[in-house]
Amino acid sequence: MSVLIFAELDEGKIKKSSQEAIFYGSKVAEMTGTSATTIIVGPADDTELASAGKFGATKVLHATDAKLSEPNGMAYATVVAAAAQQEGSNVIVLAKSSLADAMTARLAGKLKAGLAANVIDLPNISNGFQVKSSIYTGKAFAFNDLKADVKILAIKKNTITPEEKDAKASVEAFTPTLNDADFAISVKSTEKSSGDILLPEADFVVSAGRGLKGPENWGIVEDLAKALHAATACSKPVSDLDWRPHSEHVGQTGLKISPNLYIACGISGAIQHLAGVNSSKVIVVINKDADAPFFKSADYGIVGDVFDVLPRLTKAVQAL
Amino acid sequence: MKILVCVTSVPDTTTKIAFTDNNTKLNKAGVTFITGPYDDYALARAVELKEKTGATITVLNVGEADTEPVIRKCLAIGADDAIRVNAEPTDAYFVAEQIAAIAKANSYDLILMGRESIDYNGGQVHGIVAEMLGIPSISPVMLLDIDGDTAKITREIEGGKESLEAKLPLVLGCQEPIAEWKIPNMRGIMTARTKPLNVVEPTGTDKLTTVASYELPAPRGAVKMIPADAAETLIQLLHTEAKVI
Ligand SMILES: Cc1cc2nc3c(=O)[nH]c(=O)nc-3n(C[C@H](O)[C@H](O)[C@H](O)COP(=O)(O)OP(=O)(O)OC[C@H]3O[C@@H](n4cnc5c(N)ncnc54)[C@H](O)[C@@H]3O)c2cc1C
Repeated sequence: MSVLIFAELDEGKIKKSSQEAIFYGSKVAEMTGTSATTIIVGPADDTELASAGKFGATKVLHATDAKLSEPNGMAYATVVAAAAQQEGSNVIVLAKSSLADAMTARLAGKLKAGLAANVIDLPNISNGFQVKSSIYTGKAFAFNDLKADVKILAIKKNTITPEEKDAKASVEAFTPTLNDADFAISVKSTEKSSGDILLPEADFVVSAGRGLKGPENWGIVEDLAKALHAATACSKPVSDLDWRPHSEHVGQTGLKISPNLYIACGISGAIQHLAGVNSSKVIVVINKDADAPFFKSADYGIVGDVFDVLPRLTKAVQAL
Repeated sequence: MKILVCVTSVPDTTTKIAFTDNNTKLNKAGVTFITGPYDDYALARAVELKEKTGATITVLNVGEADTEPVIRKCLAIGADDAIRVNAEPTDAYFVAEQIAAIAKANSYDLILMGRESIDYNGGQVHGIVAEMLGIPSISPVMLLDIDGDTAKITREIEGGKESLEAKLPLVLGCQEPIAEWKIPNMRGIMTARTKPLNVVEPTGTDKLTTVASYELPAPRGAVKMIPADAAETLIQLLHTEAKVI
């Protein structure tokens, strides 16, 4: 059994969540007495590629075909399937993300693989192959027995803390045969908020709800986020009202996140909101209503007016 | 145009999850089952496309007899007929095999489903189905328009969105704001009773993944309240006590 890890790039750099996946994959390789190979698709320089070694990979396969320079779940799945075949890998690890979602399913279909999404712990291989995953939008966990020969594990972000070591991975070019059908979808345009910290990757998140009264008041949320190097998020009504983009909406019907720190400002804490954020390590709630349900799920709480409290928190962070 | 909408039957979003039988089964006592919220978006957009283009909508659920109220509700909202594959939907691959078998037999132009179910949150079934059918899959889809045999799609990507075009047939995983959830009206509820709901037996027996047991998260400790007039202390506590910043 060998372990193959797909690492995702963001502007030529291995994403933090993929570093977590590489570390996870290298631990599985250790447990099973094999090595960890990382497959990376798209433009990146050799130093960056070799840095996969810091997280435990011994080898990096690098696919650079120009057709692959933009993320494409279907084509990337074809590449990873070819890499798995070359390496004889029957465990494939990757970080759950929107690209990973598109890929893992196609991969599972190609390889007839057993699949666990939102994996939050190393497997138990004492009797079969069992992994723990988060289900019911963070309200419970499942212990999944993966019975197929090929196993795909999509790791939930921020649940595995990688240890770094002083090592470099060897880098090899990888040139799989591409499949024309995988390029049947044409991308017409892409809109990306640039320079901001990506919400799904963020360690710290400052989130606000209807309590902010309107989009014109978001400056105080952004100021605190900036001081903390945090991403911003919002509740569903806020994105429904178009106060904030949909990509910031967290909860049952939005993004599920698990940052180290989640600060909820003027959010009531409805069960559907909580569902998307309850695996955050530390939760802070600021609400003027002492009976807001969110306080029951918080680690720290302030009963107060966000318009008064947020600017003071920002100053306190700047003074740290 | 023939549209297939695949729906899940899941615990209502306000459900407090609990398990029975030594943590091996969901405790269904007192739980209301609903159509997956993301599937509701898929169905709502299908109904709009039907109004616009005269498409037909078949709704498909892989589930045991107790999911029929959810299927009837989809018929009341505007689906023309329904298929229930009579099996417990335990594993994404197995569910995808059932959907792909029905799709092969009926050649739909568009297969819509939610981006993920809200029980297992796998988000995988649409991609596996598409792979089995050898056609493209796109998720999560925020906007969908059909122009002849071309679909114009906006999908969410991390920190933004992407506009796409692809030829039918396609499999799409849907989310908001693709359409507003629809509520059945009285007429819909009455006609739903007479619409066909065909029950078929599953094909294939692949169970590549099974759940051995479940667990609930450990409860959070008591909340530490900080007086508003000393709000700054919070930052100190996050730094020195919680050690997160
Ligand atoms: C199927 C379904 C799925 C859903 N999915 C999601 C989801 O994914 N994410 C999500 O967020 N919601 C979701 N919801 C909606 C959810 O039920 C709540 O309606 C929503 O989370 C409430 O958002 P809110 O807290 O911003 O607004 P409100 O409920 O209006 O709460 C605003 C809060 O702000 C406080 N406040 C007001 N002014 C101030 C002030 N000046 N200072 C401090 N506090 C103040 C108030 O006390 C109140 O607690 C879903 C609902 C359903 C039915």
